[in-house]
Amino acid sequence: MDIHPISTPPTPDEVEAVASVVGPAGPLVGPEGLPATEARRHLLLPVLHALQARVGWISPGGLGEACRRLHVPPAEAYGVASFYALFSTTPRPPRVVHVCDDVVCAARGAGAVCAALETKLGPAGSGEGATWLRSPCLGLCEAPVAAMVTVAGKAPEEASWSVRGSAEEAAAELAAVVGGASAPAREEARVRQPREGLRLLRRVGVVDPTSLDAYRATGGYRALERALQMGNDAVIAEVTASRLMGRGGAAFPTGRKWAAVASQPARPHWLVCNADESEPGTFKDRVLMEGDPFALVESLTIAGLATGCELGIVYLRAEYPLAHARVQGAIDAARAAGLLGANVAGSGRAFDLEIRRGAGAYICGEETALFASIEGFRGEPRSKPPFPVEVGVFGKPTLINNVETMMNVPAIVLGGGAAFSEVGTAGSTGTRLFCLSGHVRLPGIYEVPFGTSLRALIDLAGGVPEGRSLRAVLLGGAAGTFVGPEELDVPLTFEDTRRIGATLGSGVVVCFDDTTAMMPVLQRIASFFRDESCGQCVPCRVGTVRQEELLARLANRRPHGGLPAEQEMYRELSQCMRDASICGLGQTASSAVESGLKRFAGLWEGA
Amino acid sequence: MKLVPLEIDGQAIEVPEGSTILDAARELGVDTPTLCWASTLTPVNVCRVCVVELEGARTLVPSCARQVEPGMKVLTDSERVRTSRKVVLELLSSSVDTSTAPTLRAFAARYGATPGRFGPVAPPAGLNERDAARAGHHHSSDGACAESVHQPRKVDNQLYIRDYGKCITCYKCVEACGTDAQNTFAIAVAGRGFEARISTEYNVPLPDSACVYCGNCINVCPTGALMFKSEADLRDAGNWREADQTTTRTICPYCGVGCTLELTVQDNRIVRVMSPPEVSVTQGNLCVKGRFGVTYVHGNEPAGE
Ligand SMILES: Cc1cc2nc3c(=O)[nH]c(=O)nc-3n(C[C@H](O)[C@H](O)[C@H](O)COP(=O)(O)O)c2cc1C
Ligand code: SF4
Ligand code: SF4
Ligand code: SF4
Ligand code: FES
Ligand code: FES
Repeated sequence: MDIHPISTPPTPDEVEAVASVVGPAGPLVGPEGLPATEARRHLLLPVLHALQARVGWISPGGLGEACRRLHVPPAEAYGVASFYALFSTTPRPPRVVHVCDDVVCAARGAGAVCAALETKLGPAGSGEGATWLRSPCLGLCEAPVAAMVTVAGKAPEEASWSVRGSAEEAAAELAAVVGGASAPAREEARVRQPREGLRLLRRVGVVDPTSLDAYRATGGYRALERALQMGNDAVIAEVTASRLMGRGGAAFPTGRKWAAVASQPARPHWLVCNADESEPGTFKDRVLMEGDPFALVESLTIAGLATGCELGIVYLRAEYPLAHARVQGAIDAARAAGLLGANVAGSGRAFDLEIRRGAGAYICGEETALFASIEGFRGEPRSKPPFPVEVGVFGKPTLINNVETMMNVPAIVLGGGAAFSEVGTAGSTGTRLFCLSGHVRLPGIYEVPFGTSLRALIDLAGGVPEGRSLRAVLLGGAAGTFVGPEELDVPLTFEDTRRIGATLGSGVVVCFDDTTAMMPVLQRIASFFRDESCGQCVPCRVGTVRQEELLARLANRRPHGGLPAEQEMYRELSQCMRDASICGLGQTASSAVESGLKRFAGLWEGA
Repeated sequence: MKLVPLEIDGQAIEVPEGSTILDAARELGVDTPTLCWASTLTPVNVCRVCVVELEGARTLVPSCARQVEPGMKVLTDSERVRTSRKVVLELLSSSVDTSTAPTLRAFAARYGATPGRFGPVAPPAGLNERDAARAGHHHSSDGACAESVHQPRKVDNQLYIRDYGKCITCYKCVEACGTDAQNTFAIAVAGRGFEARISTEYNVPLPDSACVYCGNCINVCPTGALMFKSEADLRDAGNWREADQTTTRTICPYCGVGCTLELTVQDNRIVRVMSPPEVSVTQGNLCVKGRFGVTYVHGNEPAGE
């Protein structure tokens, strides 16, 4: 393939940015072990990150340099760059403040904050040296309104934080950061429930997440030692016996996946940890990565060795700078201590980890889209089968699990699968993290055994604030459903929520009190799916637009052809999206909206 | 070759391993609509008009890409299948100019699609306006009109036009320009969601891109979004008269490969050159000479004038 070059030359900064990833010049060698055929293409996303961080946008000259060095056709590279919300293919000021206006932050006043900011600075996207933009969920939903600042340059910066105070005060704080002030420091994630019985959260907030010694002093790396003694088959047998189910949303039995990958003859095997966490209302993986990063590294090491992987990739959403720093720190420290690398803990076996960052695309949490993203292509899902255990990243057998799923592994290895499965219910074993946000007194992360009722969970978080009552709970995230006050006794298990037509999804529990206008909530969800659709398939690409338009008409009380016609249209539209979309995004994009329209009286009539 | 037994609409059939459900359905004479599928291209299964119901599957499956497995039970005309096909065709017809896409229109009629239920079609975007969209951001409409991809066509060369208001984003042109045929990679999908679009890098005009004017993208485009300029000009002038046209197969005069050309001739002039995909020599692909270079028979004037 001949590459038709882009004629605009790169600036010296851009040449340097590309070289910072690809190496100074000459033939390229990917990170150790990456297959030669993909030796260059998979570096596209890191290179685009480097360009964006250096000059604040992906210019034709910069992209041309990337294409030249990586051997990627410019049209394709442009297709990739223009896919991600955090990359700009038009000039953008180096300093950008992203303000979350997604469901939770919106329920807690983000709309007024953005309006006040607009009065101060002009509309989103305006401004010369600095600007602000609206953002989907930044994963800081326990402390709204969330914001993130990115500053491009020789020493790029990024930080996220929670904006406090009245709309005016919040807007003033945001405007100051747009104007050049540093972002206020963010509080460490806290556990707000009694500590006894905690498994996944037991170190969070109490053990120094930057210290390998502190990790070891609290039982760290005993599970790896034990796993090495047990051998691969025994480790997989315990994971199977634990009946651990995936925590990323699809609730697939983890042991089955591990066994399937381990048995694949093709080599190499890849491990991928899904840390893309972009479901609105979800922040559990962030808390785990920030608060106990070594446990993730140890878990991944056990998983990788047991399933015959020598390399693992943590695919981390770009909106998590602190989690990035913490997990990178843990990887580096583990490697320095011989717990990663060519000879893991003296076992003679090799395993290593690398972080790849997303760039603002919810769809890249879908496993096949995630693989495409890592490989340097657009984050477009593909149909399954084949499943990742056979054909995953780089076309090889791949074990992909969510962060929280993986973090259960050390306890299973140390205590045995049977003991693990004694907690929870027969169909849903162990504990589960829930992200409580919205109108509750103590928003935050909560760990409870499966089977705890939704009511008990909300009570644990202090219930709805004094003097108000609960109107509804968004359970499972934007891809989930609304549950009403009469359903609060549902035990939180995969099987019981399924029975009431709901889902646990990624553990999202957003509470809305009786003062909340629900139509704007539904509209924000519809808008989210429209923004995040990859655009590949018709039911989702156009269906998410039609869904958003319908809600706007209902809100304005201007239905086309009368309500019954609209209801019939939406029934068929949502059926088509659910039935005929390629991936889970389109299949669930109407789930919350449909349940909301059904549940909240009067929305069809524009109430 | 191993045969795989399955059942389609209650009829038993055996087809070679590796066949798709679509292959098997066609074998039985079941007429299945397709838009993004082509015999010469890798299935992308994005249009979803070919979906069928597979017993035991949670969702419908794309027949064009799903390979047969022993014992599959498939329904090609159930209520679920008909509804999804109808809605897919409504979504396309309400958002795309289908005036030169007779196949799509026939499918829409067959499934009783009523795209008007989403409201009147929104006014067209300005030239290059949709190309400037930012991923993850859009202006929410008030729902009074159905948003569409309607926009002015891109005319940046004398050979063919790109009328993306007619584009259903079926990826066929991208595949033809890329690994499935041409290996030029002049065009790709850019942006995402409803703002996804076929584009050169930074939307530069074709003459500044890698395009070599092989026209292989035109050959596969199912909607007339990519069109010979000669054809577009005649259509604009109201002078595209299919009744007065003849198609003639001939062999390209230029080189020894011997590609088959299919010439559309109107008023004794070549107004379009296609290449039949079923001919094994070239599978529908040509180079610029065969595609655009045969109008020398008219003397100096460009085709269609
Ligand atoms: C649109 C979409 C987004 C997703 N996002 C995530 C995500 O951010 N994190 C995650 O772990 N799984 C996500 N998933 C689920 C993954 O595809 C996959 O099922 C999961 O990573 C498997 O890990 P598990 O078995 O440990 O849950 C998403 C799925 C869809 C359809
Ligand atoms: S369902 Fe939506 S996100 Fe998934 S492949 Fe289709 S367009 Fe892309
Ligand atoms: S004419 Fe050929 S080279 Fe140009 S865009 Fe079409 S397929 Fe690609
Ligand atoms: S231009 Fe034609 S071939 Fe290309 S995606 Fe659009 S409709 Fe398909
Ligand atoms: S951080 Fe704002 S909704 Fe999650
Ligand atoms: S023809 Fe099968 S999905 Fe398009």
